[in-house]
Amino acid sequence: MKRLNTLTLLMAAAALLGAFLTASPAKAASKNLILATTTSTQDSGLLDVLIPVFEKESGYMVKTIAVGSGQAMAMGEKGEADVLLVHSPEAEKKFMDKGAGSSRRLVMHNDFVIVGPAGDPAKIRGEKTSAEAFKKIAQSGSIFLSRGDNSGTHAKEKGLWKGAAVTPEGQKWYQQTGLGMGQTLNVTAEKKGYTLTDRATYLALKKGLGLEILVEGDAKLLNIYHVIEVNTAKWPKVNGPAGKAFADFMVSKKAQEMIGKFGVDKFGAPLFFPDAGKKPESMGL
Amino acid sequence: MDLILDGFRMAWHLLVTLDKEVLGVTLLSLKVSGLATLISLLIGVVGGTVIALAEFPGKRILVSVVNTSMGLPPVVVGLFVTIMLWRNGPFGEWEILYTPAAMVIAQTVIASPIVMGISIAAIQNLPPNLRLQILALGASRPQMVWLLVREARLPLLAAIMAGFGGVISEVGASIMVGGNIKGYTRVLTTATVMETGKGNFDTAIALGIILLLICFAINYLLTLVQQRERPR
Repeated sequence: MKRLNTLTLLMAAAALLGAFLTASPAKAASKNLILATTTSTQDSGLLDVLIPVFEKESGYMVKTIAVGSGQAMAMGEKGEADVLLVHSPEAEKKFMDKGAGSSRRLVMHNDFVIVGPAGDPAKIRGEKTSAEAFKKIAQSGSIFLSRGDNSGTHAKEKGLWKGAAVTPEGQKWYQQTGLGMGQTLNVTAEKKGYTLTDRATYLALKKGLGLEILVEGDAKLLNIYHVIEVNTAKWPKVNGPAGKAFADFMVSKKAQEMIGKFGVDKFGAPLFFPDAGKKPESMGL
Repeated sequence: MDLILDGFRMAWHLLVTLDKEVLGVTLLSLKVSGLATLISLLIGVVGGTVIALAEFPGKRILVSVVNTSMGLPPVVVGLFVTIMLWRNGPFGEWEILYTPAAMVIAQTVIASPIVMGISIAAIQNLPPNLRLQILALGASRPQMVWLLVREARLPLLAAIMAGFGGVISEVGASIMVGGNIKGYTRVLTTATVMETGKGNFDTAIALGIILLLICFAINYLLTLVQQRERPR
């Protein structure tokens, strides 16, 4: 019977594991909140600071799904997320027009910057407008890395190319990673190319990248984040109260203060600027 | 090179200080992949034995399907399981998307064909006369099947190793159906992807090293069992 030992051992292990998994209490469904958001809020570390505070205050358990803004809104449109934290204003307006969201509130902003190698082969350093910089990159045929994933950054970048009257798709120097911002920055550094990035992710990854900010400060480079509650009238399974609680938290005084302070100790400057309650017009929207 | 050394240092540091977060992530990896392997062992060995011993039309096609499925891409499995588990999908009522349970389901789908494929091969590789001998000695049919499975236990241990190795190291399905939620569905592989995205390469390397150590430890244990029971 000695040979049976292996089997008994396996069965015991199975029972043990089963007990393990069921022992971790499944929280009541209504206490779960699915937050679909952009990669920049996770890769910069902002959510790691905000979410624990919200969870403690509200008792909700937040399931953060960090994808691009495009995918986040696609999840919202299917009722697969309760609340969105996104930065793709044009697409957000369409999302609201479709009735997919019940409220959309301004949370914060920072800005996009054009980064590239210190050598700057396209000579865009200090260029005042993003359009001029993009034109020069295209003319010189320098490698440009695009997110290519319908994220907020990708949407912004497509708009900038349009403004520069350049069609980059299909060009040899124009490459799409299909990855998040952090990984796209790594690819850009490796290829010594140019890319458009939000300032927060760039600062968080700066060390060791070897990429420099070459163009900044253009009004077109503003990066604005909104929190959107998914419409429960359209999707009854969406956790409305939880979504509202999170959206309310994001624009609350406490969260706004935390957003304004985030990154100051590490980078010497804030990564995001709180904007709750401001009129969209004041942001040039 | 410095980076890799940093990674080793970080791994050492995380291991000796028993970093709470890393410990949690590691335990979850073991629980999810361990359970998925055990379930697929059940499905795979039973299914594989039935397929190997029974004769029926279309058997070759079925075996080919199983063998092809041994290489199921985890992301494809992840995509389908996600669609199935969406709130508004066919199994939305369960509300288990972005939970460890969903990860176990996805990993079971990945590991079962691996275990089943190896099981079929193992049972079919037994000497063909063994069945007749066992029956001739007066064993009942269930007894015969049991003896055959026992005879094939060494390749079956290989099936466990292959299945477990396949799921603990996959990232595509886990990140899709689990969501890489901190303290809840974050496992070693998804954490590695995230730390890479954050530019924390030393932590990413450290997590990779921990993953390799665990794989090695488990395979070593199974190999010990396997080698000890080498048939005379």
